[in-house]
Amino acid sequence: MNSKQMLDTAVSRRRFVKASVAGSGGLAIAFHMPVAGAAMAPWDIDESGTELNAWLVIDTDDVVTIRVAQSEMGEGVFTSMPMIVAEELDCDWEKVKPEYASANRSVTNNRVYQRMGTGGSGAVRRSREYLQQAGASARERLKLAAATDWNVPVAELGTDMGIVTHAASGRSARYGELVARAAIVELAEEPAIRTPDQFRLMGTPRRRLDIPAKVDGSATFGIDVRVPGMLYATVAACPVWGGTLAAVDPAPAKAVRGVVDVLTFDDYIAVVADTFWHAKKGLDALDAQWALGENSGASTDAMLAEFRSDLDSRGVVAHEQGDAYAALDDAAMRVDADYDAPYLAHLAMEPVNCTVHIQDDRVDVWTGAQNPESVLGVAAEVTGRAPEQVHVHNCFLGGGFGRRSRPDWARKAIEVASRVDAPVQVIWSREEDTRTGHFRPLSAFRFSAGLDAVGMPTALVNRSATHSILAALRPETVESGLDGSSTEGLEDLPYAIEHQSIEHHLKRTHVPVWFWRSVGHSQNAFARECFFDELAAAAGMDPVEYRRRLLNGKRDLLKVLETAAARADWGRTLPRGSAQGIAIAESFGSICAQVADVTVTRSGEVRVERVVTAVDCGNTVNPMTIESQVESSIIYGLSAAMWGRQDVADGALVQTNFDRNRVVKLPEAPVMETHLALSGGDKWGGIGEPGLPPTAPAVANAIYRATGHRVRSLPIAGHDLSWS
Amino acid sequence: MTNCVEFTMIKLTVNGKTHELDVEADTPLLWVLRDNLNLTGTKFGCGIAQCGACTVHLNGSPLRSCVTPVAAADGQSITTIEGLSEDRSHPVQQAWIEHDVPQCGYCQSGQLMAAAALLADNANPSDADIDRAMTNICRCGTYQRIRSAIHRASELATDAMA
Repeated sequence: MNSKQMLDTAVSRRRFVKASVAGSGGLAIAFHMPVAGAAMAPWDIDESGTELNAWLVIDTDDVVTIRVAQSEMGEGVFTSMPMIVAEELDCDWEKVKPEYASANRSVTNNRVYQRMGTGGSGAVRRSREYLQQAGASARERLKLAAATDWNVPVAELGTDMGIVTHAASGRSARYGELVARAAIVELAEEPAIRTPDQFRLMGTPRRRLDIPAKVDGSATFGIDVRVPGMLYATVAACPVWGGTLAAVDPAPAKAVRGVVDVLTFDDYIAVVADTFWHAKKGLDALDAQWALGENSGASTDAMLAEFRSDLDSRGVVAHEQGDAYAALDDAAMRVDADYDAPYLAHLAMEPVNCTVHIQDDRVDVWTGAQNPESVLGVAAEVTGRAPEQVHVHNCFLGGGFGRRSRPDWARKAIEVASRVDAPVQVIWSREEDTRTGHFRPLSAFRFSAGLDAVGMPTALVNRSATHSILAALRPETVESGLDGSSTEGLEDLPYAIEHQSIEHHLKRTHVPVWFWRSVGHSQNAFARECFFDELAAAAGMDPVEYRRRLLNGKRDLLKVLETAAARADWGRTLPRGSAQGIAIAESFGSICAQVADVTVTRSGEVRVERVVTAVDCGNTVNPMTIESQVESSIIYGLSAAMWGRQDVADGALVQTNFDRNRVVKLPEAPVMETHLALSGGDKWGGIGEPGLPPTAPAVANAIYRATGHRVRSLPIAGHDLSWS
Repeated sequence: MTNCVEFTMIKLTVNGKTHELDVEADTPLLWVLRDNLNLTGTKFGCGIAQCGACTVHLNGSPLRSCVTPVAAADGQSITTIEGLSEDRSHPVQQAWIEHDVPQCGYCQSGQLMAAAALLADNANPSDADIDRAMTNICRCGTYQRIRSAIHRASELATDAMA
């Protein structure tokens, strides 16, 4: 049976793993909904396997299935999460199979999987301890089962490669032989978890377990789900956010071969058909009339003008020390500059999609979601079913970057499925995916710094005006007029400046905003790191030396700065038109510095030749993942820096497909080198995002040093960077 | 004219197997592969031939199937990712695994098909050759590894012939 057939059977058949007694003494029932396309054959789970706790099942043939409660969207959690459990379990890594943890089980069983949302670069740092604990606890129960069998003290037993051994008697037993008894023993107390100096698996480079399925087309993304008898649908929403559907004649769509129905909702239309292509042709045939609403005249030009004008007045104080305004007046020299950054779409490779099957006694949802629990909640709400009846089958995500953490698309798909008497897969066109996405906030910044006689800053006034993410999401958190996701990286400057007034104007427009890879740090680090480069230039000082002085005493930041500069051979002689730029940022618990080597032609064409990164994420689970995530962050950040912008005209999004959203392709990718500058100890930082914030400012700072042009408004494209 | 659709029996040879299909001539090959033949390894990314996630081989040459009417492939031979090898043994697949290339993986079928076509045409491509041939988008930014893996696949293929 191949994986797709297995998925088909999943609709009507639950596959139960043998019930086993959980560590708490309660009866835990683990059912394996086959997980979308783990690299091996997660569909063929040996039902003789025994669950030792919610996180792991050991089969009689020693295969260890490890449940992953985070979403695999490219960041490597199908490898890193199992490594954490396996580190403690002492099993044979070659016999580990990852599969998704069940959101249904977590919701109905006391949040057994704890954190199921993936974001904030938090997979490792937020779940490492309890994953280690799950592995350690299972290991100790296997040992206890063997000790009881052999009538020897547990303390005399050792574990390695999935085998318990008793050195004194020469006895050994495989985990597969012990697991049934281990499932019914109880530990007197939970074991301590290992510390980094004791790790044997964590910290070693491991190839990702999901890669084989991603080189032969067998990895199942949401769009690849096939359910017997399913129909397809595609949707179009009102082009202006907040507008509604006024009228539509369904006849032209219904005349298209294969079209089953045209469904209308408050602010969108769905066409249902036997294939996606027929649904799309049906949708394209419609001439919908939209009531565009009060925002139909809105534009990003006007929004940015308003944001900028706000900077003329003092904002809500996010951080204050000393008397920045007085110190500014007293300074030997003053530097002022304004910056801005545009709305940005996520543009994940897989357009959002969702497959839904609503039956009398259950609702099944297949999609790639950064938070399957929130999808489950939406499905229960829309269908009026109890959460116990909703089963969300998370798939591989064709990119996330924040886009798939807000389940708006799943809500629409479930609404559509509620009116279709068959399973239905709803697929967004690329244009519709972008149009109905949620963007990195528009932002504007003003910096005024006072420098002393040698050029070091004594005073800084910073004002930002940023479209607030939390104002819509959690309005109660922004009542003070501050949104922490807007001011991160500004209110907590890494640099020592005696007098600071960090102020903010919380903004809203009708454009939907959301978390975009590295959130506020992406635009704030650009503005901050470029402005401090301006200060270095005003002081006539080398940008690395300037930062070195401002970071005096901050050991970890300095180590990262020095590592990046040294590895990049900072200060080496380059031909005219070429230069290096540096930037450093701390985000999501990790510090990252980058040196960009950039060449600008006389006519102003920019080429980023190389990016050298130093990163301190404290400790590592899989060093290969760290390197990959840094490379990914650089390319994602470089696309945004060079060309990324979402403009709004007449209230609607202007750039909706890749013909107008230019991104970095292979020929434009710089050479990337990643160096670890780990501080170790008990520090565990994230890695999915911290590589992004320094990229744009490192490139912009290099452009300045190569050409004398300061880029203060993103994207870089569109600025005249020519030189002679 | 809008609903005047040409119905044709289309004959396609996909991964060595011949199919006769009753589909409209203007249906993009991508959706015939995915929805009619259930070959879901070939991906939908943009629908306008910009991203290359839909790349397949038509008579051995790379083709963006999302904008290719199925009629244009009538009677011809198509290879998809599922037909690149039976056991991930194609040099590009081996090299992709060796270099840990994919992240989210969604674009990788298209990247692999583009790379396989390049190597079939040019057994030892230079970086400049790779730049010219590899124009597919990867939002995870796996480009550096793709480049290394193509060089490695070239070595693997050469070793296999030696």
